[in-house]
Parts: sequence; C-alpha cells; structure tokens
Amino acid sequence: MSGEVRFMQGNEACAEAAIRAGLSFFAGYPITPSTEIAESLADRLPRVGGTFIQMEDEIASMAAVIGASLTGAKAMTATSGPGFSLKQENIGYAALAEVPCVVVNVQRMGPSTGLPTSPAQGDVMQARWGTHGDHPIVVLSPSSVRETYDLTIWAFNISERLRVPVILLLDEIVAHMREKIIIPEEVSIEVRPSPTTPPGEYLPYAPLPGSDIPPMAAFGDGYRYHVTGLFHSESGMPIGKGEKAEHLLRRICQKVERRRAELVRTQVENCEDAELIIFSYGATARSALRASRNLRGRGYRVGFAKTSVIWPFPAEALREIAAGAHTVLVPEMNLGQLVLEVERALLCQCQVLSYSRVDGEMITPDEIERRVLEVLS
Amino acid sequence: MSEHIRGYLRDRALPHIWCAGCGHGTVLGCLLRAIQKAGLDQDKTVIVSGIGCSSRATGYMNFDTLHTTHGRALAFATGIKLARPELKVIVITGDGDAAAIGGNHLIHAARRNIGITTICFNNYVYGMTSGQYSPSTPTGSLATTSPFGSIDIPFDLSRLVQAAGGAYVARATTYHVTMLTNLITEALRVDGFSFVEALSQCPTYFGRRNKRGTAVDMLNWFRDNSVNKKALSKLPPEQVEGKIIVGELYRATELKEYTKAYRELVERAKGGVRP
Ligand SMILES: Cc1ncc(C[n+]2csc(CCOP(=O)(O)OP(=O)(O)O)c2C)c(N)n1
Repeated sequence: MSGEVRFMQGNEACAEAAIRAGLSFFAGYPITPSTEIAESLADRLPRVGGTFIQMEDEIASMAAVIGASLTGAKAMTATSGPGFSLKQENIGYAALAEVPCVVVNVQRMGPSTGLPTSPAQGDVMQARWGTHGDHPIVVLSPSSVRETYDLTIWAFNISERLRVPVILLLDEIVAHMREKIIIPEEVSIEVRPSPTTPPGEYLPYAPLPGSDIPPMAAFGDGYRYHVTGLFHSESGMPIGKGEKAEHLLRRICQKVERRRAELVRTQVENCEDAELIIFSYGATARSALRASRNLRGRGYRVGFAKTSVIWPFPAEALREIAAGAHTVLVPEMNLGQLVLEVERALLCQCQVLSYSRVDGEMITPDEIERRVLEVLS
Repeated sequence: MSEHIRGYLRDRALPHIWCAGCGHGTVLGCLLRAIQKAGLDQDKTVIVSGIGCSSRATGYMNFDTLHTTHGRALAFATGIKLARPELKVIVITGDGDAAAIGGNHLIHAARRNIGITTICFNNYVYGMTSGQYSPSTPTGSLATTSPFGSIDIPFDLSRLVQAAGGAYVARATTYHVTMLTNLITEALRVDGFSFVEALSQCPTYFGRRNKRGTAVDMLNWFRDNSVNKKALSKLPPEQVEGKIIVGELYRATELKEYTKAYRELVERAKGGVRP
C-alpha cells in the first residue's frame, strides 16, 4: 500500500476527505464533539477557494447548505445531537426537493444537552426518521479514522448520484480518536447528473428514460426552474393530493430502496462456523471485533460482523452472514436501537440479543466477552 | 403590464392563490417593474421565499426560484449568494416569516451585510394560516389567536434591520405603487443587505376582523396614515404621531458587502497571510 501516511483524528479525516470529494461549501454551528470538523474546514476551505461560513444556528446551516448545493456546489454541514434535531425540517426539504448534501452527526449522549462530551449511538433512529413524513435517507457509520475518510467520500458520491441527503453518523470515540492512516492515492469521485436538454425543455423533476433520478441544473445556468418543499409535478410546480403526489413520494423513496444491494458494506470475520455472532457498527464494532478474536483464541465458535451502512439496513446480507448461528448479539451505546432492525431481519432465523450501555462510557471488549460467555453457557 | 414584464411571470403557474383584494399581487408587480428598471439579468437572478401567502410569489416568477421552509428563506439565500456571489439574490418573505420564526436569520443577514435584497410583504397578520396575530400586528388588534385583542407590542422591522447593520432600509405601502417600485429598484442597486418593508392589505383576515372595510378602504387608510420621510421635518409632531413613515429610511455608506469580504479572505488565505 502506498499513499501519504498521516496521524489524525476522525473529525479531521472527515474534513480532509470532504475536500478530497470536492466539497466547496460548508456551513455549520459549533457543537461538541463535532466542532473540529468546522475548525478544520474554516482553515482549509478558503485555501482551496471554497466557502466556509459559521451560521447563526443549525437550522440556518442546513438551509445554507441546501442553497449552496442548488448552485452546483458540493455542500456539507456537521453537528451533534441538539443541532441534529434542529436540522431535521430542512433535511426533509432536501429529501423531497432532491438536493444533494452531506450531514455529519457526531453522536453524543442525549436526549437534550445530555452528556455533551460522552460518546453514544443514540441517534440511529433519528437519523432514519428524524424529519416528518416518509422520506429517503442514507446513513453511514464508520469505526475508524480511515473508514471515516472512506465513508465521507462515499457519502458525497451517493448523495450526488442519487440526489439524496446522506447522514454520516460518527460517534464521539471515532471523531476524537487519533490513528495512523494511509491516505488512499486514488479515490473515485462522482458528480450529480446534469441536464442535456436546453432550458426551454427542461423538466427539473422528470427522470431521464430508464432512470429514476432527474438531472439537476444549477441555479444561475439559465434553466429558470422552481424548487419547493411542496409536493410538485415534473415541472417543479406545486400539486395537490392524488396520484401524482403518490408517484413522487414513491419515486424518491424507491431511489434508495432499489439500490439496497449496492449500498451494502459489511466486514465479516469467522462467521462461517460461528454459533454466535457479535454484530455491531461505529466505535462499538472495534470492541466487538476484539472480543470475538479473544473468544476465538480460546476456542469458542464466535464470529464478528459489522455494517458501515446503517440505513438502508442490510437485512439480506445479515441473513446470509448469520445463516448458521443460533444467536446474534448486538452491542450498542444506546438502549437498543439497531437491534430492532436486526430482530426484524432475523425473525424466526435465530435468537437476537441486545447489549446496551448508556452511562456515557464506551463498551469494552471485556464486557462483551463476559456477556457472550453467559449466553454460551 | 409591459410584454417584457410579462416574461418575468410563469404563465403556466397562474392564476395565483391570493384572495380578491389582497395586496401581495401589487407588491409583486412593483418588484417585477423594479427588476426591469434595475436591469437585472433574468438568468442570473435567484428569488427565494419562505412559507406564507407572500412566499408563494416565487412560484409565479420566471427566474430560478426557491420556495423554502417557514422563516428560513434568508438562510437558504445566504448559501446561494456565498456559493455564487455573481448571482443577484432576492428574498420574498412575510411579516411572520421574517420577524417571528425567521427573525434571527433576518438579524444575522443584516449584520453580515450580505448582498441580498429582502422584500417583506407585511400584512400585519398570518395570512396563510388564516389570521393569527404576527409580530407586526398592532397592539389591540383582533386575530383568531387574539380574540380579546393582541397585547403584544409590534416589531418595527425597518428599525430592526437598520440596527442590525443592513445597508439600505425603505418602507412603502401598496397605496404607494410608484414609490414602492422606486424604492425596490434602489434596494436592488445596493451592494449589501437591502430591506424593503412593503405594507400590504389583507382584507380577508386582518381587514374584516378589525373592521377596516374593503381593500380600497385599507388602501385609503394607508394613504391617510403615512408620512413621507422627506416631509417629516416640516410637519408638527402631532401630524407625525402614530403615522407610518414611508420612503428611504436609511442608507449606509462604506459598509463592505459580505461575499466581497469573503473573497478577500480567500486571497489572503491562499497567500498564506494570517493576522
Ligand atoms: C415550521 C412551521 N411552522 C408553522 C407553519 C405554518 N405556517 C405557514 S405560513 C405561516 C404564517 C405566514 O404568515 P406571514 O409570514 O405573515 O405571511 P402571509 O401568509 O401573511 O403572507 C405559518 C405559521 C409552517 N409552515 N412551518
């Protein structure tokens, strides 16, 4: 492996990768434990000709990001729990108006101001359902600094290609942890589909034949089109209830649903013959991996699996991974959120157990091992 | 309306949703004429609105238009202007949109002096949601949510914007069509944050409940209850008391526009210059 070797924090890796992915606009509002992303970008973006602005709050930051994206810019914001709550209305706007954007949420303990500097994974469901109404969303969650780098680039690619908001769900551990990383020499960068028709013929919400994603013109390029958070026709103009409204909602949701298979990214170890699999994500996956290896070393048939894509949840992939197991244990720093999806995926297939920790401390390999041994005995 | 200005409207989006007698169409007409007078490039002008009756205007306008979320138009517009400073950005908003839910964005857009022209269609009421009191509703007024008369003190939006740091502030009513057009034209020429408060009649929800008569009566009331800023010094105080001051209210000199300041920052950053 070649490539520049760096020693950096998850938040810094996120900022660096965003610039690598083509980020040219960042708007944010300071909040622990996400602030280093804004601080890095305040320093880096102007030097590469991009734009950084600290807005008056998180609602405004999300709005500015959408506005910038409509002019063709790749745009991002970063926040944590309380700010993530504030962004929700405009995240829904981006989902319905199909405006690409990346939203980083570095999870801390909630609800409310909670434990502002302590890690948690309590926003799994909010990331999926935080805004009102059915809507498409993609949520990615990394376990290491290097994976933060990779998933940040992927987040932009997915967002641009599908015209959907992508949530990068970090946690305080990954965000503040420093690790050696090798910056990949080559990365693939995607851009949003743009119209080939002249302005007079452009229908901003009509997908091209054979596609379910409409090409997106930039404001200021002469297309003179309307963007609204109301349900709209292919011409972009508001419509009322009925078939066209239903068609729009189904199309934007199916954009993501239909691509479930290509949105699977799992890491699997020792699962073929495992009777128990520890399934996790984010920082907790690190402890899960360590615990599974330790137990293997002691002769237990324990496997490890993690997913980097939280939503859409990789149900199909998990069913295959867990085909031979009698138990799947899901450790997470919340009272049991992703475990609900695991239960749904593995209904009637095997036993699913939750392992929760909500005291603001990370889950250690030791405690996972103890829990596994209890289950196996 | 001239052919040229007709081209500023999206025929397919009409007719509009506004009630008979509503002043919002008059304000829109003034804005369109001002756009022509200021010589704006139709392909390089973006119009952004929030949510409300007034904010529906963007749908009728043949430009790049963005109908956003309630109160947030200025924040969306800030993203557009910063990402592409060469675009002319205009915000259309209502009194509730701009002063209640969006009040903080108004203050901060003015403070930054970002090059956005904001037209606030102030009809003293929440029109879209059928007549609740707004931050500009006069004390004592009846609204669906103030059945015993509003006890709130209204905002003076123009003073607010001036105090917050805007570069240009003006006010007129739907009675003063020529003046309003000229003031918006001036606002569009300003290099910085410009704000025009357009007082507009809502006969359906404000007028009827407060016994203000028909739309025409409300226009006559605007005529009889306003004083031009230029005439202020010549009038005795009793003739000014309680009147709406119309005209150009404030113009700052030598305020740097925000996106220009940002471009300078980029040049410094690229050159490695730190304070
Ligand atoms: C977050 C949110 N809160 C409330 C509403 C409901 N709402 C829609 S328009 C409006 C008030 C609009 O009043 P104003 O800005 O004065 O504009 P007008 O309709 O009078 O032109 C309200 C409260 C909303 N759409 N979104």
